[in-house]
Amino acid sequence: MTYPRLLVLLTLALVALFIASLLVGVADMPISDSLSALFGGGEGPLPMVMREIRLPRALLGVMVGVSLGLSGAALQGYLRNPLAEPSVIGISASAALGAVIALQSGFAALFALALPLAALVGAAICVLLILLLAGSGGTLSLILAGIAVSALSSALTALVLNLSPNPFAANEIIFWMMGSLADRSFLHVWMALPIMAVGWVLLALTGRGIDRLTLGEEAAASMGVNLRHLRLILVGGVAASVGAATAVAGAVGFVGLVVPHILRPLVGARPARLLLASALGGAVLVLTADVAVRLILPGRDLKLGVLMALVGAPVFFHLIWRMRGRS
Amino acid sequence: MSLLTTRDLTVRRGARVTLDHASLSVEPGEMIGLIGPNGAGKSTLLRAALGLIAAEGDSTLAKMSPAARAKAAAWLPQAREIAWPVSVAHLVSLAQNECEDAPEVLAALKRMDLLNFADRKATGLSGGEQARVLIARALAQDTPLLLADEPTAGLDPAHQIGCMETFAALAREGRSVVVSLHDLGLAARHCTRIVVLSEGRIVADGPPRDVLTEALLAEVFAIRCHIAETPEGMVLHPLSQVARERRC
Repeated sequence: MTYPRLLVLLTLALVALFIASLLVGVADMPISDSLSALFGGGEGPLPMVMREIRLPRALLGVMVGVSLGLSGAALQGYLRNPLAEPSVIGISASAALGAVIALQSGFAALFALALPLAALVGAAICVLLILLLAGSGGTLSLILAGIAVSALSSALTALVLNLSPNPFAANEIIFWMMGSLADRSFLHVWMALPIMAVGWVLLALTGRGIDRLTLGEEAAASMGVNLRHLRLILVGGVAASVGAATAVAGAVGFVGLVVPHILRPLVGARPARLLLASALGGAVLVLTADVAVRLILPGRDLKLGVLMALVGAPVFFHLIWRMRGRS
Repeated sequence: MSLLTTRDLTVRRGARVTLDHASLSVEPGEMIGLIGPNGAGKSTLLRAALGLIAAEGDSTLAKMSPAARAKAAAWLPQAREIAWPVSVAHLVSLAQNECEDAPEVLAALKRMDLLNFADRKATGLSGGEQARVLIARALAQDTPLLLADEPTAGLDPAHQIGCMETFAALAREGRSVVVSLHDLGLAARHCTRIVVLSEGRIVADGPPRDVLTEALLAEVFAIRCHIAETPEGMVLHPLSQVARERRC
């Protein structure tokens, strides 16, 4: 399959799933009514549901998917490791820690966007820590710094849960950490979109550098890649997009790992081409999963992150199995 | 105008000095063989000259921005890294802004005998074939200067000779190549100038006939060699180890 054709296919799938996401929900309504309520306007419960609940949910699905897929592809390219995913540099764990502290302390209840803001602060502190720890060393020091920050964030999250005097707060924290797109509003969209957009632009700029990194750090540097700039752009881009994604949707794993892995053979393994393909693929996967959680157990609030892990892990087993057979 | 000048280039790793005040000037049209035992500082000299590792002293290339340096010199590292199963043509085209039809890319593929491999996945090739792909990538960068760290290691004899002849042809076109080597026979036969490193210092620098003497080879490499002049030029073949005189 050629590259433009792959992009067209992924875009078509994305549009179809976006529409499906708008049409699936607790309130069961005819398709024509739903669409006319969305576009035609008017008053009443149906236009309200479509515009204030379904539309932001579908938009967030696309935004979170693009962020996770793009970050995964960029990190795998930069680290030259197909097992890398956004969580390796600790952004999601530290964003989760920020959110958990907000939930536990009651800060999250103060105003609508308190929780995602706390998560963003967590992600920002993580970036500073990583850049401070990793210094100007190579990719290995970046991974090690990420693992260290990630471990610390997880430990602190566990500590907050451990010492939580309020079982309801602990319950809330656990459910939040599973990751979900349910009950989000346009407030979340408008808060996350500018930050994610900055992250997407930064990650798109890494394409030239990560393509050359296919030949290793020294060869890339000798071909004109400024490795220090590349790393700053990459870490900044992942932090902005994944930090914002975690802030609005909680921790959603596997997207950043599995999507680049599946699409890599379809783009001739070229890291720069994988960026756009994985961004679209990530959105397709998250929308699919978010439609699925509403269809599989309607009314039971199956969490997006749980389904993703349940589906993602076996897909990954399958990929490893196939890889084993080939070598 | 020289393509590379280093003055008193010194690299320390902890207390150890791996490169000790190396001064070197590369003029256009030279094919320089950089020889020396393991750990003598060959790779360190090349990497420090490029500015890829921190060093004291001066190097004209190390002062440039990465973009300017990429136009002045190509670098072929010893580690042969190909991270993803991209096509050979794409890998080589990374040196030419990913334009696979660029004349430099096609010329490099042809020079390294790789035209039939252009569409193959680079990671699916044998070690020696991958080495040729990586040499082709460095050639495709089309720079006045090429620095190559043991490019012939792992190549079959025909391609070792082909690689050295390619480099020598570049030198005849007025470019320059600095190549680190362990094969003294190839160095003697194809290089216009030999630089010998021992324990981080440049101990000899000159035309092969002046530098590659029995005394120097015994002193630096602790080997005895057969050196002969033939109608086809100088021939050098290592024969046996000799006991090195202890200086400490």
